[in-house]
Amino acid sequence: MVELTLPRNSKVNEGKTWNDAKDKGTWREFRVYRWNPDDKENPQVDTYHLNLDECGPMVLDALIKIKNEIDSSLTFRRSCREGICGSCAMNIDGTNTLACTQGMDEIKGTVKIYPLPHQPVIKDLVPDLTNFYAQHRSIEPWLQTETAAPPKEWKQSREDREKLDGLYECVMCACCSTSCPSYWWNSDRYLGPAVLLQAYRWVVDSRDEATGDRLDNLEDPFRLYRCHTILNCTKACPKGLNPAKAIAELKKKMVERRF
Amino acid sequence: MADMRTPLNKVRGLGSAREGADHFWRQRLTALANIPLTLFLVFTVIMLAGKDHATVTAYLGSSLVAIALLALVLSAMVHMRLGMQTVIEDYIHSEGLKVVCLILNTFFVILVGLSCVYAIVKLSLGA
Repeated sequence: MVELTLPRNSKVNEGKTWNDAKDKGTWREFRVYRWNPDDKENPQVDTYHLNLDECGPMVLDALIKIKNEIDSSLTFRRSCREGICGSCAMNIDGTNTLACTQGMDEIKGTVKIYPLPHQPVIKDLVPDLTNFYAQHRSIEPWLQTETAAPPKEWKQSREDREKLDGLYECVMCACCSTSCPSYWWNSDRYLGPAVLLQAYRWVVDSRDEATGDRLDNLEDPFRLYRCHTILNCTKACPKGLNPAKAIAELKKKMVERRF
Repeated sequence: MADMRTPLNKVRGLGSAREGADHFWRQRLTALANIPLTLFLVFTVIMLAGKDHATVTAYLGSSLVAIALLALVLSAMVHMRLGMQTVIEDYIHSEGLKVVCLILNTFFVILVGLSCVYAIVKLSLGA
């Protein structure tokens, strides 16, 4: 649904400042979105200061340092710290990205950290991605065949395998989908860039025998055609993938099978 | 009442409409047709600016000119309807209001289109 203003209980207030910068060292200000489901208060933005001389280079290093040394109640997801698990996706300096691969030297001034946009918030920087994961499940992201399985493996030519490059690397962090205005307004019915890139990954897989059924299930004014090539997805992707191109390829396939 | 449906149930909803490719194709086809036809309209308007009624009817009396303008009306109206439909589907989420807007969109396009066709035919036949 289009929402041009935040609902009353989502308006963000000024929060508290946990510590001050000191003269000695390289100090940096962090402004972090906080919301606690238990205290019935509106969200707020808290301010922290860190000495970067004593901190790792990535935004995730800073968040972990804040949690360890300043405010243990700060809540966020993280796991692999090397851009492969997709857990620490959040909005940093106005762009959805992974905190673990976002260097602080790439950000000017105060580091502003918010949860992924337009998703329900569970707490602080943790969004509720239930719908996103259900959408991924709905495109049936696994190999589907009717031919009896070969004794060893399903074979694929080098050329066909190369078609999966730029698709299989997706870590489903949701940075692209939650950066897409079409997904903000219609995430109940539009599948969004991440899921459509995954859908295309299975449509072009030469080993898969359900290509037509997959296209049938995608051919829908809302599931696929809410994409208006805004390209926020491609701009946001922390893995450097191009979901917009994958969606365009799906649209081409839809036309191709008519002629 | 609490919604106890599973997330997958909600996402699957009423299933795929199995359409959209036709809309996509027609929007691009009419966009392509609109390029030369609109340029022709601009050329026509500039050429006829300030001219009297007799000159205009004489110009539109040419069957090639009249057919090109009628083609523009058809192509532009189809394109306008498809585009507005997309905007309505994007932004209006109340099912009832959405259907009403889609109906009004179609009626509006037919009204504008027929008015243009009537005017072109009338001038073309020398009225």
